[in-house]
Amino acid sequence: MDYVLAALVGVFVSLGIYLLLSRSVIRMLIGMTILGNGVNLLIFTAGRVTREVAPIVPGGLDVPAGPIANPLPQALILTAIVIGFSMFSFLLVLAFRAYKSLDADNTDTMRLAEPENAPQPPLSY
Amino acid sequence: MIQLPQAMIETATSAADWVLVLPIVLALMGSAALLVVRRSNRLPLLGAVLVIVAVIACEISLLLRIVSEGPLSMTMGKWLPPFGISLAADLFGAGFALAAAVATLVVVLYAEIDREGNDGRDGFHSMVLLLLAGVTGSFLTGDLFNLYVWFEVMLIASLGLIVSGGSPLQLDGAVKYGFLNFLATTLFLLALGLTYGLLGTLNMADIMRVAPVANRAAMTGIAALLLLAFGMKAAAFPVNAWLPASYHTPTPAVSALFAGLLTKVGAYALLRSLVAILPDSREMLEPVLAVLAIATLVIAPLGAIAETHLRRAVGFFVIGGIGAILAGLSLPSVIGIAGAGIYIFHAILAMTALYMVVGLVEVRTGASDTRQMGGLYAASAPLSILFFVLVLAVAGVPPFLGFWPKLLLLEAGVADAELGWVGSALVVALVINAILTLIAGTRLWSHVFWRNGPEGQPASGEPMPLVAPTPRVRLAFGAVSALVLGVVLMGLWPNPLIEVGQRAAADIVDPGRYVQAVGLAGVEP
Repeated sequence: MDYVLAALVGVFVSLGIYLLLSRSVIRMLIGMTILGNGVNLLIFTAGRVTREVAPIVPGGLDVPAGPIANPLPQALILTAIVIGFSMFSFLLVLAFRAYKSLDADNTDTMRLAEPENAPQPPLSY
Repeated sequence: MIQLPQAMIETATSAADWVLVLPIVLALMGSAALLVVRRSNRLPLLGAVLVIVAVIACEISLLLRIVSEGPLSMTMGKWLPPFGISLAADLFGAGFALAAAVATLVVVLYAEIDREGNDGRDGFHSMVLLLLAGVTGSFLTGDLFNLYVWFEVMLIASLGLIVSGGSPLQLDGAVKYGFLNFLATTLFLLALGLTYGLLGTLNMADIMRVAPVANRAAMTGIAALLLLAFGMKAAAFPVNAWLPASYHTPTPAVSALFAGLLTKVGAYALLRSLVAILPDSREMLEPVLAVLAIATLVIAPLGAIAETHLRRAVGFFVIGGIGAILAGLSLPSVIGIAGAGIYIFHAILAMTALYMVVGLVEVRTGASDTRQMGGLYAASAPLSILFFVLVLAVAGVPPFLGFWPKLLLLEAGVADAELGWVGSALVVALVINAILTLIAGTRLWSHVFWRNGPEGQPASGEPMPLVAPTPRVRLAFGAVSALVLGVVLMGLWPNPLIEVGQRAAADIVDPGRYVQAVGLAGVEP
């Protein structure tokens, strides 16, 4: 199972990077999400995939009775999903606003902050 | 069977230990409170200043405690580390947090320039405090995943600040800033996942214990990923392109805040993760680090020389400073690390001040391109003195603050030169960087302040007409002058700073006291 998941992480990350290399902002955004999900899956796999039960401590005991699944990776992923989703929504709105006011979805034409044919530095001094 | 007292902290945290978490709590709560009162006329500014002053007071007492007792740690939720999330501060963490809070205080006062007639709906002060919370959290945390969370807090607050106003120029800059920084934190998360899979812990002190017995090749891979992620955050060459593309787009106050705080957090994370946590992997990556440092040191000031937009040119100075910090990371003796750390401290204050002075120049001239400026010296001598002092401080000319960390770095480089090419190459690169930065800075100064008038206009002998200063501009000028005065005074009496810096560096190079403070000393891996 670990090998399948590891291969899937590889597919997700390479797809994400491929899309990030695009010039279209929306494709980059989707690439970012896929990359983020690949990373989440990686944390999940890194926490060891087992068939053990949920980490619930029975009443009267201080520690669980038998082997349990590791709850920490799930807490890590949950945090990462929430953060990734909020960043995705923000960047989506940002891309939409940029598209409306710059009339550009192509990073090659988004040159307002760094104008093409920038002036030469002055030659005095 | 685990005994409860072994897993739990059963004594109450002493009241004095709360100084460690208070700066973060105050900034976060202040941010939420100011959001509630954002529409009122005076409350946001007053509240922000009060909160930041309280944060500074906490951090001074924290710093004094660390100076006398050594690193300090506090673990959340009563679970013993490595199960509970630890906050841990040593001299560098607390010192940088203090410098960041001071810089934020000055920026909040300075920002009043642009806030004439602003109804406060943009929640500016709230977001500044959120940014401060993220930065302080990053400096004080003792847990790698927690560091990731603070990075995201910082990122979301800075995105809010960079787009507020919403001009097309800002949106353009924000898209590049947002994408590249989000990618950097995602790579950081990737490294975290691998670390957890390999070591089963994310507590920094715990990683220091178990990393030496882990697979060395895998740890070096993780360290390389961390170097890429934090290098992007710090804007080190070759992943620096987002900085000159975005830092000049928001208002000068926001630019100043970013220049002072954000890249330095990336540099601090590099210092902490590579030198203190994974020293073996750093050693293997040393040639890479040295090449990156040399390239950043040499290329950044060339960018500043080629640039005509004033704030973009200053952005390249920020990148050059990161090169000096990387040079310190390639020379991991106590002297070298002290140089890198004091440089971060210097850069937090000096870069903020430089951007603010540039902002004042833009406000007074109404232009942002150096070709449209000229002859400001006759019109405003104090402004030109501030700019000149800061250029010298950034280039590292004695007796200003930037000189001392560079001197330490040169000393470490000379000491290292016997061991291989790294030391001598870095010494040469540092000197070239100082000369090129001086050329770029004095060229900017000559064009903006010294020549008779803007480019292409006949010299009339009349000083360039300036926008008359409003009371808000005077307040901003006073705030910046106070900060510059502080930088100059620290440069004139650098001994306490250098002494504290060396003690802090000793704790980074040999983190025994740090691990002991977190409570993990003596536990077998």
